[in-house]
Amino acid sequence: MSWDESSLPKPPTVDSGRRSFLRHAAGLATGAVAFGAALSPLREMVDAKHGYSAKQFFQKHYKEMSREEMNEVLARVRMEVKENYGVDADISAPAPMDGVEFVYALNLSRCNGNRACVYACVRENNQSRVPEIQYIRVIEMPRTSLDLERGNHHYGDEKVPDKDHFYLPVQCHQCANAPCVKVCPVEATWQEPDGITVIDYDWCIGCRYCMAACPYWARRFNFSEPRLASLKELAANPDVEAERLNPEMSYLSNRPRPKGVVEKCHFCLHRTRKGKMPACLEACPTGARKFGNVLDPHSEVSEILKSKRIFVLKEDLGTLPRFFYYFDERTPQTDIPEWIEGQEEPA
Amino acid sequence: MKNYIRFLWRCFRLSFVGDWRYHLWMLILTIVALFGIHAYAGQFVHGLAVTGMSDHVSWGLYIANFTFLVGMAAAAVMLVIPVYIYKFKDMHELVIFGELLAVASIIMCLLFITVDLGRPDRFMHLLFRFNFPISVLAWDVIVLNGYLLLNLHICGYLIYSAYCNREPSRWFYIPFVFVAIAWALSIHTVTAFLYSGLGSRPFWNSAVLAPRFLASAFAAGPAFIVLTLFVIRSTTRFAVHDRAIELLRLILTVALTINLFLLGSEVFTEFYTDSAHAASAHYLMFGLHGHTTLVPWIWTSIALNSAALLILYSPLRRRDWAIGTACVAMICGIWIEKGMGLVIPAFIPSPIGEIVEYHPTWDEIQICLGIWAIGLLLYTIFVRVSIPVLTGHLRIDKIYETEARPTEPSAPLQP
Repeated sequence: MSWDESSLPKPPTVDSGRRSFLRHAAGLATGAVAFGAALSPLREMVDAKHGYSAKQFFQKHYKEMSREEMNEVLARVRMEVKENYGVDADISAPAPMDGVEFVYALNLSRCNGNRACVYACVRENNQSRVPEIQYIRVIEMPRTSLDLERGNHHYGDEKVPDKDHFYLPVQCHQCANAPCVKVCPVEATWQEPDGITVIDYDWCIGCRYCMAACPYWARRFNFSEPRLASLKELAANPDVEAERLNPEMSYLSNRPRPKGVVEKCHFCLHRTRKGKMPACLEACPTGARKFGNVLDPHSEVSEILKSKRIFVLKEDLGTLPRFFYYFDERTPQTDIPEWIEGQEEPA
Repeated sequence: MKNYIRFLWRCFRLSFVGDWRYHLWMLILTIVALFGIHAYAGQFVHGLAVTGMSDHVSWGLYIANFTFLVGMAAAAVMLVIPVYIYKFKDMHELVIFGELLAVASIIMCLLFITVDLGRPDRFMHLLFRFNFPISVLAWDVIVLNGYLLLNLHICGYLIYSAYCNREPSRWFYIPFVFVAIAWALSIHTVTAFLYSGLGSRPFWNSAVLAPRFLASAFAAGPAFIVLTLFVIRSTTRFAVHDRAIELLRLILTVALTINLFLLGSEVFTEFYTDSAHAASAHYLMFGLHGHTTLVPWIWTSIALNSAALLILYSPLRRRDWAIGTACVAMICGIWIEKGMGLVIPAFIPSPIGEIVEYHPTWDEIQICLGIWAIGLLLYTIFVRVSIPVLTGHLRIDKIYETEARPTEPSAPLQP
């Protein structure tokens, strides 16, 4: 079809002249002011001390970074820690060791529910105190049941253990067939060769699909900027965050996390990849926690897996956890006769 | 190209023109949208802590609305199939409103996903390291954006062809229409698989979820289109055939019946088996250990859906007001069922047995309302602009009446 625009008269406008201009200008100004007012909370962000560099925006995925790029990123994290906490962090990115696959074994007969592991984990991994984030949840279970819905998450007994209960600590099970890894749309979480499922906190987009997929409720989300102390504590002691910060950190584990990303237990990989034990194990006063290399046939965990009657949680889901539970039939913690606690053997 | 830009400009101008009802409607939507943007700016700064979500209930109203709107988008296909497969003539002119609804719904879906992200600034990570085909969410990203593009192309092409007063080339849109039919089914199926593929959440882990999604979508979507058609019929000169409404009524009656049947099947399986897996269903329908927040919601939903069904099967069903009431009831009923009733109970109790309930915050509600307002603004503009184009009043070679001075007669120009 042939049609020439110039052959048409210009369409007249609704209004003309100054009145129309003023009206449009007023409308536009009102709109702009309203829009500006709507966006006003963003000013807080502009005022914030820490910028968001283009380098950070274009930072590559953990697996794609070269050695130099990794070093640059580690230097940036170190600088941020210095700025925010005034602490010199010892930050690294330890690689998994060859021939190592970590598993955890937990002796339910020994665990007495004292929660030392929970607090050690919080301290070791620089977990947010406000809002509170904890990787380990200890559930007080009735002795007659393994039905998790019958457990009590918030027991506050003066003294543990309670005679009629046993205690079931749950943390990330580092599944070999991990549903959380499968569902992540951007591969921000994956399984390392040593069996630890890790998260690149600088890659996670915070969709929380992994949290929906986890059958063990192991994942936590940073709903706000994580803080190591409350404002009240900071007012009392401005250095409290620096004192609480664990400066020994690694990229994939306990470095301070940003807002809006998911985190979880990583078997303390900054310790365990250097031959140390996880913080929860070291803190446990009962010796209920055992950790080691399952590929070494003589390791303690290998012996436990061979000799004890072990089980995993929700085996029917096929997640193949690397976190095993067992009951030590000979000396269940809750059956210790009273004379042992009183240290006075009856005649 | 110049003509196309002029077309967009004229559409833009036209979107500000209307009677006082139109202006009032648009003003209200704009204000609600601005409040939503304000609340979101706050969330962007302070994080998702401003919402009622927690580590226990890690998805809330955003994902609930998203799920519902995916259904609305998919429902366009219920107009496309009768027209393009069964050659149902009376609806031919109306298909475009379904497709435009799809465009607006998908935009709302994408907004709901964006506001739900903890790190929306990292959206481009989807381009660099995309976990396809393993992650169902990656599939969802593809099908939703693909569906948006398909519908934008189809609507845009048809409307612009009408504007230029030329016959659209069949090869340039019919293949896309047929792809879009399959695609519409896929968006809702994939979204259902997003949930049903999770062994950790027995409430979702059900094969009937995808069929249920489709059935509820094919009820709520056409219901919304029927309401739109009523508005169009009463406010414009656009001819809406009674037979079209009739057919849509039949479609949504059947879809709603199937939806309630599938809901019943699910309820039976959960409660007759009565295993530990039914805990979430118990929580939803009767409350669990004294926690009953969702109970009134789901029963309201069931009541609304049943009422709609009763109206649709009663002799009243031929009256416009009755159809309208039924449509409003079932849209509300299905919104509750797919949102509050589907997303939230799966998180309660948590996989390790803790009960933490979910109460959306005012910020969160404002953001949801804001996104709805933006979507409705878009849809209103789409419909408002496309009607004069389709009726031949807004043409490349004509001055539309509202563009002329009110005193001048709106005579078309003689070429």
